[in-house]
Amino acid sequence: MDNVNLTIEKGEFVILTGPSGCGKTTFCRCLNGLIPNFYSGNLQGDLEVDGLKVEGKSTAELATHVGFVFQNPENQLFSLSVERDVAFGLENLGVPREEAIERVRWAMESTGILELRDKAPYELSGGQQQRAAIAGVLAMQPSILVLDEPTSFLDPKSAVDIVKVIARLNQELQLTILLVEHRLDIVSQYANRVVVMDKGTIALDGPPSEVYGDNARLIGIGLPRVTMLFHLLRRDGFPLTRNPTTVDEASTALRGLISK
Amino acid sequence: MISTENVSFHYPSTPEVLHEVNLQIKDGEFVAIMGENGAGKTTLIKMFNGLLKPTQGKVFVDGVDTHERSVAQLSRNVGLIFQNPDHQLFAETVADELSFSLRNFGFKEDIVQRRVTNMLTALDLDRYKDSSPFVLSGGERKRVALAAILVWDPKHVIMDEPTIGQDYLQKDRLRNFIVQLISQGKTVVIVSHDVEFVAECKPRVVLLSRGRIIADGPATEILTDPSVVEQSSLVMPQISSLMANLKELEPPPDIIDAYSAREFLRVKLKAAIGAQPPKR
Repeated sequence: MDNVNLTIEKGEFVILTGPSGCGKTTFCRCLNGLIPNFYSGNLQGDLEVDGLKVEGKSTAELATHVGFVFQNPENQLFSLSVERDVAFGLENLGVPREEAIERVRWAMESTGILELRDKAPYELSGGQQQRAAIAGVLAMQPSILVLDEPTSFLDPKSAVDIVKVIARLNQELQLTILLVEHRLDIVSQYANRVVVMDKGTIALDGPPSEVYGDNARLIGIGLPRVTMLFHLLRRDGFPLTRNPTTVDEASTALRGLISK
Repeated sequence: MISTENVSFHYPSTPEVLHEVNLQIKDGEFVAIMGENGAGKTTLIKMFNGLLKPTQGKVFVDGVDTHERSVAQLSRNVGLIFQNPDHQLFAETVADELSFSLRNFGFKEDIVQRRVTNMLTALDLDRYKDSSPFVLSGGERKRVALAAILVWDPKHVIMDEPTIGQDYLQKDRLRNFIVQLISQGKTVVIVSHDVEFVAECKPRVVLLSRGRIIADGPATEILTDPSVVEQSSLVMPQISSLMANLKELEPPPDIIDAYSAREFLRVKLKAAIGAQPPKR
């Protein structure tokens, strides 16, 4: 990472994307102190999360502010039941039993896995495991959720479902979302902002339809296919100004052009 | 040729993961195995280099029953790249990772060096030659794992989720690379959830659901069939959904990627807004 300046407001839904090796995961690891506490290196500059200076804080202290969900839920689940897994963080914090029970229930309900509470994580499908992983960090009631490619091990339908869970947490709880994703087809419609990193710096930053221009394509990010189609048609000379991010937006724009 | 004959499989004391799977993959074919999490895709491809042997039925690689060969023997012809590169990487440098198998197979040192150099270039890894694989990003480690197998030039290349963590340029590179492998007569089998990648490559698609093959055919047919797409937890390619949405334009059913959609819409739009599209 080189001279990264970024401010994310409370309640935003931000997609962080960019070529592999551009620094996305490195950036995320700084937010909860995994860098420099667990990964050594040279970190300079100031970082504030939820009004707290990250420097000098332990990852455990930061965990109640920043929830971290990894690519592979298997790396995050280890207990013999989903409920115990979701409760683990709270037990570690010494949250009183009654309150912990309530928060665990709430976290499982919010992610739609209440009926799976007694199952062992290894009995769950990939999508259910990822929900359990999200519930585990949600129970800590963080104000920011950082998810590093949480859908990449999931089948497409489970991926869409997980993204909907994340969008609901953003809308209903005003949880700030920082989602690292390559699958822009399925996430773009929920985000208010896309940040593109390239070679360790921030290359583009703005609403999806503005960011998904020619520059984004040249950096090599996987634009939603309807956006890509509009780029191609524009190159053919057709007056399609806005970059659509969903099938509906694309259909409306194409119909508008045809019926003119 | 890789073929399975009534292959069923269960791990000790678990229900069946695969049930009477019959599949023939010819030399030079490009096949994508797709299906929901837990459908049995990875179990199936682990049969191809003998890592798993069927509990019932037989698997043949180039006519030889895999029961009669060791994994080491089968691996010379069947290169299997795992989904998680960390299950495979171990060496101190990327270059060592690639040369390890070649030395094991007894290649001469000058050939080892040449092949390693070529492969590093092909997969855009030259600059990491002397780095530890473990300091690289997830997407880069994935490419190292791929390079470490391809470097010994196996006849059949099997990749488990090769596009995970790869950005679009890398996927494009991977697609071109696969095309190149096939033009050399190699068989390429991928397991993938990446509908858009498959829609752009247009391989033969084999859909597994709960351990059974539920559909088998060209990508353009399988990925646009709503009932099998639903049954195997896939979603349609975004462009197919767009075409379904624009059915008043009567698009042909085989448009599943942005490039073929462009060809189709170019004609439709020209007809609608006059003979010539306005030039910018």
